[in-house]
Amino acid sequence: MSTLAALARLRAVHTGTAQRLATVRHCHLSERPMVFIPLRLAGEAAAPLAAMAGTDPGHPRLLVVPQPRDRDLRFAFAAELAEILLPYFEGLQKATETVERRGAEPYERCVDAPQVIVPGRGAVAFVQLLGRSTRFRRAEGPYAVHPSVPVLGRWLTFLAQRAQYPGSSLLLAATEALSLHWATGQSTLEDANLASLVGWIDPPPGMTGASAAREAEDPLVWPPAGPATDPGFDTEVLAPAIRAYEETRSDRAAARVAEAVRSQLEPTWRLMWRAIGLLGTLPAAPGAAARWEGDRTSFTGFAAQLAEGGPPQPKRDGAVGAASRLARMERAQASYDAQRAYDDPLVMAAYRLTGEAFTGTVVATEPDRTEGEGRGRKLRPLVTVRTTDPVRLAPGTRLGTPERRGQQAEVVAIDGEHVTLKIVKGMGRGMAATPGAVPEAGERVCYAALTDEFQPPASLPAPEETPWTHGGPPPEYSPADDEPEEEWS
Amino acid sequence: MISPAAEASAVVDAVLADLPRHRGVVVDSPPGAGKSTLVVRAAGHLAATGEPLMIIAQTNEQVDDLIVRLAEEHPGVSIGRLSAADYAVPQRIMGKASIGTKLPDLGDPAVVVATADKWAWAGGRTWPWAIVDEAYQMRSDKLLRIAGLFERALFVGDPGQLDPFTIVDGDRWAGLSWDPLQSAVAVLLRHNPGLPVHRLPVSWRLPASAAPVVSEAFYPFTGFTAGTGPGDRRLSFTVGGMRTAYDRALEEAAATGWALYELPSRHTVRTDAEAVQAVAVLATRLLQRAPVTFSERGERPVTPGRVAIGAAHRDQVAAIQAAGVPDGVTVDTANRLQGREYDVTIILHPLSGRRDATAFHLESGRLCVLASRHRHACVVVARAGIPELLDAHPSAETVQLNVPVKFPDGWEANQAVLAHLSGHRIEAAPPR
Amino acid sequence: MDRLDRLRGPVPPRPHDARAIAALAANPGCARRAVLDAAGVDKDATAAHLGYPAPFGQSPFAITRGNAFESLVKESGCAELLRLLRELLGLPIPLAAYTDLGDVGGNPSAQVRHSHTRKLLDKAARDSDDAGTLYDHPLLRLEIAGHSAYLEPDVVAFRLGGRFHIVEIKSFAVVDGQAEPDKVAAAARQAAVYVLALMNTLEELGHDPRRVSHEVVLVCPENFANRPAATLVDVRPQLAVLRRQLARMARVGAIVDELPPELTFDLAPDADGVPTRPVAELREAVRGVDARYAPDCLSTCDLCFFCRDEASAEGSTDLLGRQVRDALGGVATVTEALGLADGSLTPGEGQEEIARLLRLADRIYAEVG
Repeated sequence: MSTLAALARLRAVHTGTAQRLATVRHCHLSERPMVFIPLRLAGEAAAPLAAMAGTDPGHPRLLVVPQPRDRDLRFAFAAELAEILLPYFEGLQKATETVERRGAEPYERCVDAPQVIVPGRGAVAFVQLLGRSTRFRRAEGPYAVHPSVPVLGRWLTFLAQRAQYPGSSLLLAATEALSLHWATGQSTLEDANLASLVGWIDPPPGMTGASAAREAEDPLVWPPAGPATDPGFDTEVLAPAIRAYEETRSDRAAARVAEAVRSQLEPTWRLMWRAIGLLGTLPAAPGAAARWEGDRTSFTGFAAQLAEGGPPQPKRDGAVGAASRLARMERAQASYDAQRAYDDPLVMAAYRLTGEAFTGTVVATEPDRTEGEGRGRKLRPLVTVRTTDPVRLAPGTRLGTPERRGQQAEVVAIDGEHVTLKIVKGMGRGMAATPGAVPEAGERVCYAALTDEFQPPASLPAPEETPWTHGGPPPEYSPADDEPEEEWS
Repeated sequence: MISPAAEASAVVDAVLADLPRHRGVVVDSPPGAGKSTLVVRAAGHLAATGEPLMIIAQTNEQVDDLIVRLAEEHPGVSIGRLSAADYAVPQRIMGKASIGTKLPDLGDPAVVVATADKWAWAGGRTWPWAIVDEAYQMRSDKLLRIAGLFERALFVGDPGQLDPFTIVDGDRWAGLSWDPLQSAVAVLLRHNPGLPVHRLPVSWRLPASAAPVVSEAFYPFTGFTAGTGPGDRRLSFTVGGMRTAYDRALEEAAATGWALYELPSRHTVRTDAEAVQAVAVLATRLLQRAPVTFSERGERPVTPGRVAIGAAHRDQVAAIQAAGVPDGVTVDTANRLQGREYDVTIILHPLSGRRDATAFHLESGRLCVLASRHRHACVVVARAGIPELLDAHPSAETVQLNVPVKFPDGWEANQAVLAHLSGHRIEAAPPR
Repeated sequence: MDRLDRLRGPVPPRPHDARAIAALAANPGCARRAVLDAAGVDKDATAAHLGYPAPFGQSPFAITRGNAFESLVKESGCAELLRLLRELLGLPIPLAAYTDLGDVGGNPSAQVRHSHTRKLLDKAARDSDDAGTLYDHPLLRLEIAGHSAYLEPDVVAFRLGGRFHIVEIKSFAVVDGQAEPDKVAAAARQAAVYVLALMNTLEELGHDPRRVSHEVVLVCPENFANRPAATLVDVRPQLAVLRRQLARMARVGAIVDELPPELTFDLAPDADGVPTRPVAELREAVRGVDARYAPDCLSTCDLCFFCRDEASAEGSTDLLGRQVRDALGGVATVTEALGLADGSLTPGEGQEEIARLLRLADRIYAEVG
């Protein structure tokens, strides 16, 4: 944790409310997000007990499995969830735009994409497991399920996999999105409790964040945001209700279970919309829009794949698939880190504290300076910046600057409070710098040793050419190998 | 009794004999056990068969080092070096290899050397033989990109050093036999459990004072010995000392091979100014005293280039550099000191001044790299209190199914090194 | 009377089960916890009496599920388990005897049941036939701070040829070869307790303790079904930690010797077992031994809420987590750190550096925040 984030937490303790860790919003926020709060039966991997979902804060849909151990009821739940989610996903595929590319065919991209917001990490994991338990099911043959169930499974799997890409906003955990922007006066562990986190950021009138957070720990006041339920609730309310349903299978008994879980879900439903409202108070960072474009491309691609009738996603990545995904994730992480710092002086502050970035005032420039002779002569303007930041950069280090994205400079020398740089890229062609490309004396500037420049990785072998060092070619993938009768009991 | 040299030579012979018999051969090489010597010998051996050979190293520096040694040992073997377009050819390899960015530019040399990253772009032909150097430092996804280029390979590396890492969460691949975050050797052996694994048994770098300590702490199941005896290496100063704590620490290190320069116990920030200062002063003082080494290589002065300072974090390295270190002394992180060798090292203990240890600070490979770079002596700078920190360390590591357990445990390794250092402790003088 | 007994008061020491022993490593730096554990104090009851009941509960659904899964695995003399062991260990196990060591008739003491287990294990270690034997509910014992702790017999010991394996049955799912890492870790730590106890028992009986495998057999439901699957888990790291913590417990005397002689955590229960000790007095007693609170305690220690409140009242930076404490270079309180940050407090010796860093952070925060 950076000293800045630590200081922010200390201030939160002192003032009793959460402190800002960001000046802009680093995640995309959809105009019509889908809030999804799943509950799971304790002791089971992915047996849904209930869920609340919807895009309208005033009209949540409540889904209930009155006997979560009943396989048919579980698949009925999945089909009902598909009824809510699939139209949401499909509706967003209708409007597209044409994206022109240099050196490649233009392609169509959806102008918007789904955004599913769940309470926390646990719910993200549940989405992944629910996707895994439904995507291999079949609409015909033994153990047939509603045709929408395997489709839902593939969408949920897609969302859960996207959530592993740093900076993606298709599936967001509310606690993580909030923690990215605010520091509370408690530990990161306690921040995983949505009610307590929101309590710190936005305490009710007359309460401090600290007292709101403490109150939020009482499961009777604020039921857990799931997917795990409160063991006390399970013992005293849920178990008798499910037992009654088991005995009578009556609508009345089912309604009793529904009322029980509603009492657990409704407070979280309201919290989720408060969390979304809080995120909405921050202006969007430019990088968030750029990353959302990547999300939209990914969404468009997956929708097409689904329409073409491709097979469900495999259970685990093969050797080639794993290496290729790792490369994409690493690239996403590096550009996410760099973009956030360049978008937000508060994020940049952490780098300034460690000496990897600095802010200061330009005291001298040589905008027309060149290096080399004859045809090798290049424009290399010099800029000297005075800073009181503790700069720890070696000469030769490549730097970027939020004021002039796309420009690159190199550290020439550091002498006390004076840092001399030469601009090596992005100042214009020819022997004179583009007007405005070289900062002028007196300008406040920031430079950082961070780059979101991306070097494409070398190609990987085709999966069927997996070398002997990695187990050789895998057996041909056939979803038929995944037994549809694999129980979900 | 057989001599260490004969023992080591027998292993090398066995490796060379295994090469034609197996698709892959692995050689574990503890610090300074003659890994480069083996690579150069094996390269000569394979080149002599007349079949072309590719050599894969991890960094440009390693590639250049190998070319220098190959040219020295096998002047008759033609060498090619594949490089990136912006690669600046260093003086030391000029004239020793044909250099180009593409294979056809190289002519048709007997041996082609390049980094793994560069090889990944060189398609178009397959090679009957490959040597993969520093294979434990190489992530398996890199191997995946180049394994199609060769038919058989010799994998050489040090299993005790730092594992490859990533900046992203790689849990989704945990337990897979082809987990891209595992080292190239780990993945290779998991798919080919029958491949022979040899071990070089003698460290030629580490002195008799260090080999047993490093061997027990970091290679508990695959020990090694020093190639030289207790009296074979000496370090002495030609300029007298002043009985300061710094001098006494340096004298202890010269006399015994180790010194622990211990600052008073205190929890500090990572760039602990006092510790940073002590490291810088020790390096300066060391060179002021004009040290001379006596070894199997004869008598040699210790030049700044033969001294290194190691730390865990980059900001510590920057702080040490800013504190003023004699010109020519290397200051770097453990990651970047891997595979390098010096006469004397001064290291800032990764746990110094901390209140809690993280997995990063406890990683055995980190301390192993720092404590095994020297031919003569190692001075460790640390705050008192590390034993208490280790004692209070909570053990809450999570466990993934089907992921082989990694040895040695960082806690145990740290404890073992500290136990040894406690016999070489010099208390820092109280600040004036 | 032993000093530890006096600290606990006139009630029998709370038995250490494998879970409690495994938890010894959760926060070894905490003297409070070490003393309470060594004395066998009921921390749960202590926390409740102090007004800070522990936040741990288990859902009846989880308990039912766990029991159902275990009986499925053990059905018909562990038939299913045997099938798994054959597959996993790759051994032809023609026949396997099943012995329930819990089945000793009547309701004998733990000691009696333990000696029964010992006797059978001794015999098993002498037999060298090829048939396998499953020993269900073995009652094993481990020495902790001078006391014998009898471990709840919820594992199966499996002997084949000369080797013993500990089999642990857990009801969390293994999906496509992966399970939740913290659950696997907890299972591995608990299994290590049994492995060590079994090793010690064999050693006491004059057998080679290395005959107990450090690879335990973890049996869990596979994917989303009830079908069990077995995985080998190497518990050598957990064994090393456990040995360290047990050795540490034996040294708790050094802390205890420093405590005032009249100190006791006696809850003074009445005839119905209801504590009558004045709460304020108990609070003072508990506060008489230093705690080292960390947020991780919230999932591992019954006293967590009490210690958290104490840390909060002291304004301790421990409250914010180890990472924050570490970033602050050891500054112990929030007030001190904030004072250094805004310059109102002159840094003490050794604080110059963190003060400089905090002031810079404060300046940057004011500049851009």
